[in-house]
Amino acid sequence: MNIVVLVKQVPDTEGDRKLDPSDRTIDRTSVDPVINYIDEFAIEEALRLKEEHGGDVTILTVGPEQATVSIRKALSMGADKAVHVCDEALHGACAIQTATVIAKALGTVEWDVAIAGSEATDSRMSVVPALVSEVLGAPQLSQARKVSVDGSTVTIERVTETGFDRVQAPTPVVISVVEKINEPRYPSFKGIMAAKNKPIEVLDTAALGLDAGTLGLVNASTAVVSFEVAPPRAAGQVVKDEGDGGVKIADYLASKKLV
Amino acid sequence: MTFELSEEHEAFRKVVRDFAEAEIAPQAARWDKEHHFPVDIVAKLGELGLFGLVVPVEYGGSDGDFTSLCVAIEELGRADQSIGITLEAAVGLGINPILTFGTEEQKQQWLPDLVAGRAVAGFGLTEPEAGSDAGATRTRAVLAAGEWVINGAKSFITNSGSSMTSLVTVTARTGPDEISAIIVPAGTPGFEVAPAYDKLGWHASDTHGLTFTDCRVPEANLLGTRGAGFKQFLAVLDDGRIAISALAVGLAQACLDHSLRYANERKTFGHPIGSRQAVAFALSDLAVAVEAARLLTYKAAWLKDAGRSAKQVKQAAAIAKLHSTEAAVTATRIATQVFGGNGFMEEFPVARFYRDAKILEIGEGTSEVQRLVIARGLGLPVV
Ligand SMILES: Cc1cc2nc3c(=O)[nH]c(=O)nc-3n(C[C@H](O)[C@H](O)[C@H](O)COP(=O)(O)OP(=O)(O)OC[C@H]3O[C@@H](n4cnc5c(N)ncnc54)[C@H](O)[C@@H]3O)c2cc1C
Repeated sequence: MNIVVLVKQVPDTEGDRKLDPSDRTIDRTSVDPVINYIDEFAIEEALRLKEEHGGDVTILTVGPEQATVSIRKALSMGADKAVHVCDEALHGACAIQTATVIAKALGTVEWDVAIAGSEATDSRMSVVPALVSEVLGAPQLSQARKVSVDGSTVTIERVTETGFDRVQAPTPVVISVVEKINEPRYPSFKGIMAAKNKPIEVLDTAALGLDAGTLGLVNASTAVVSFEVAPPRAAGQVVKDEGDGGVKIADYLASKKLV
Repeated sequence: MTFELSEEHEAFRKVVRDFAEAEIAPQAARWDKEHHFPVDIVAKLGELGLFGLVVPVEYGGSDGDFTSLCVAIEELGRADQSIGITLEAAVGLGINPILTFGTEEQKQQWLPDLVAGRAVAGFGLTEPEAGSDAGATRTRAVLAAGEWVINGAKSFITNSGSSMTSLVTVTARTGPDEISAIIVPAGTPGFEVAPAYDKLGWHASDTHGLTFTDCRVPEANLLGTRGAGFKQFLAVLDDGRIAISALAVGLAQACLDHSLRYANERKTFGHPIGSRQAVAFALSDLAVAVEAARLLTYKAAWLKDAGRSAKQVKQAAAIAKLHSTEAAVTATRIATQVFGGNGFMEEFPVARFYRDAKILEIGEGTSEVQRLVIARGLGLPVV
């Protein structure tokens, strides 16, 4: 069973993330780039499925040149190879464009299961896995906290507000996972050294048969109209308990319409 | 000429740093306070492959270079010196002698567990009457009916008394003017482990005194050549010195990181203390200390990895160890000063680093011994 993991490089959430005021896209120079947090769980799940069922694991990343660092990290965790779609024309691409590119790139790989994280920490739209399955016409199993494979049938436990649903689909299938699913491994030194020699196929949009003139910021289906820097957090309000602390807290909550 | 580690070393540094920040740093103060040797974390170091960095693949290692081990020790030591020394000693004193001098059978028997982090081994050289003067060993081993019968005592032996200890290699007199190394498995009758020492620092590292009373092990447990125990020990010593130097770099770097943050946050008279030259210049000195220590350390590691002459490595190792460990002690003095009263409080990690630093100038050859080695390397007839 061959698995593709959709991995996005994002600015580290621990850093001071900014938008570039000139075109209102992410400023990728200001903060360290890292693998999108939940994607590490997707990689881990792929590696576990490979350990159980065999096959190989391909990392698929759409992103600028610097995304190579994240791809190498994914390879050092144990993935076998990677496809990197890298094209200046994709600067400012919207989710629909990204999903179209991913779907095309998936066409260059033999795969049974594509696994993604359920959202990215930069845009937080949580739509790309669903869009990819729509473009491909493949079933989607979303928000998985557990994945099991039996032949060409994939079963997941889909997290819901009250518990989980058990959902099943035949391969090829697109799965999105949540962070409850596993504990991602750290790359070992051996893995890092091995990653050095693993193949990364770099493709531009032309190689995928896409017209660069239909892509990028100017053709995006969504636009950032304006943005403001989040105001610094205001100082908290200290309630001193003089025997009436409970009442004061209740009053405060009532004033915020929380009780 | 280049002064950079390879991309792979840097990627590896990032992994160990992430691990140390997530799994070690948040618990370091508690382990220190409770004098707790965290076997679960030590096992995780094994899963990360840290014990096998310089071990060939056939014994479960990754056949990496010595530089990568230094990177790991530095990064662990930046979070917690006790964990750093646990790795350093487990590899330098536990694994290395067996790997270098062991028979194929001994390697097959002991290395897989040590490399995987399922076990650690100690090395018992120091005795109540033999430290810097390691040749003054009094512990005796007599061959009788195919067994070594060992009697004596060892002091300050790292990784020697936890549930993870699988063996201790001890040096013992096996004849007049003859010192040999012998593997003593944990739990051998007559091999007694004293309760853990009450130490100034390295609280989360496992250190014990050991006594041997008619302790019998098979003749085949001789490690290396009979009578070559002292020479063998000297041969693995240089690696250990470079590794301790890396541990010192981690400590100095931690002092710089913590002090820099504090100097920007702490305000007096309406301004951050870092805006005062007295504090800012102290941090400049700290940065210089870290940089110099790191360069000497990785130069020594590079000489070793490049296969330069033993003499060259020995001199570089002694120079690195001497400078880095003294720089580390200086760094903690600067850091605690920057922190003011808080620097004296166990609530802040610099207090722990202050206590952890001093041993670096003592273990695996004191600063005086390093100066002796360096002077001899210069060709001086010093005694
Ligand atoms: C926490 C800890 C862990 C340790 N772990 C281990 C371990 O795992 N295995 C092991 O075998 N040992 C271990 N040691 C022992 C350590 O290596 C020795 O303590 C160290 O080598 C110094 O020996 P000593 O304590 O006997 O001091 P001494 O040799 O008595 O030295 C006392 C002082 O005299 C100076 N001095 C001695 N001889 C000379 C000389 N010829 N010229 C100039 N100055 C001299 C020394 O530099 C020092 O300042 C450990 C020690 C500690 C504290």
